[in-house]
Amino acid sequence: MTMSLKLALAILLVAAWPSAAPAATSMPVLYDAMRGSTPLDDEARPPPLGNAENKDVRRNRAFPMQPPTIPHKIDGYQVDKNSNRCMACHSRTRIEETRAIPIPATHYMDRDGTLLGDVSTRRYFCTQCHVTQDEVKPLVENRFQDFDTVRQGEKAKAATTAPAKR
Amino acid sequence: MIRRLRDLLIRYWHVVNRPSRYFSLAFLTVGGFVAGVVFWGAFNTALELTNTEPFCIGCHEMRDNVYQELKTTIHYTNRSGVRAKCPDCHVPHNWTDKIARKMQASKEVWGKIFGTISTREKFEANRLDLAQHEWARLKANDSLECRNCHGFDFMDFTRQSPRATQAHSTFLADRERTCIDCHKGISHRLPAGAPK
Repeated sequence: MTMSLKLALAILLVAAWPSAAPAATSMPVLYDAMRGSTPLDDEARPPPLGNAENKDVRRNRAFPMQPPTIPHKIDGYQVDKNSNRCMACHSRTRIEETRAIPIPATHYMDRDGTLLGDVSTRRYFCTQCHVTQDEVKPLVENRFQDFDTVRQGEKAKAATTAPAKR
Repeated sequence: MIRRLRDLLIRYWHVVNRPSRYFSLAFLTVGGFVAGVVFWGAFNTALELTNTEPFCIGCHEMRDNVYQELKTTIHYTNRSGVRAKCPDCHVPHNWTDKIARKMQASKEVWGKIFGTISTREKFEANRLDLAQHEWARLKANDSLECRNCHGFDFMDFTRQSPRATQAHSTFLADRERTCIDCHKGISHRLPAGAPK
């Protein structure tokens, strides 16, 4: 038994050797979901531009501190030194008319927690955290489970194991 | 020689002063009509020449500042290739309004000669003022230049986003607001200090 295992291993090693040797000298071909097989020092051909969802329906957050995603198009929105298009609707003073969600008080705080009259400079560039969503197939599988799903799973597990103990 | 020239001028003056003594009524009527057509045609051709985009961006002030900004917007490039050129938004289509605007624009010639916005810095310093003039003009004429293409009666709310439908079916429909009230900075970047 052990003899045949050793023999099989040896055969495998010998069989694998010639194919392994050239692979060590030439670059292995990597495949990345986003870059394809384009080498790192080349520029990959970008995928076609997506069309952001424009349904104006708020999406759930996956975890409590997640920056909410933008449920509408923001094409051509000017966010620069002179003007911030997002704040034209989402600022505290504009929500009555626009019915937009106001940015929370944290966004008016500087890093020392001082409340400012206008949006804090560190929160000014909205798309650093808030992004639009396209309706596309994910490039890589996402196995993230939010807290509620994990807790429900544990509860279910406890429920199935509990009657056995009784 | 000078005497002959003087006589010629005097004779010419006599004819011009009272042409009906020298020419037939038919000649004067038809001639006047033809001259009118030629003059009017030349005037309108020259006017229309100043209403073209190459004329607008013939100066670096427009070409390097506002035109570059327009290029990034949907009014310059889009799915179907329909685009707005400078005069589509900045010159009224109606003749009397157009002439009034053109007379106002003589101030822009002054600005060009004396280099009011001849550098990027000068342009940036003046652009809020310039923008406010345009906003005031569009507010006063109920966004006429927008409406030349975007007819409210032909807007399909079912094809608009819920936000757009909400705004267009309320403020815009009851004429409380006009296009420019919400759509400032749609074709050029907003300057600092622009109203929200």
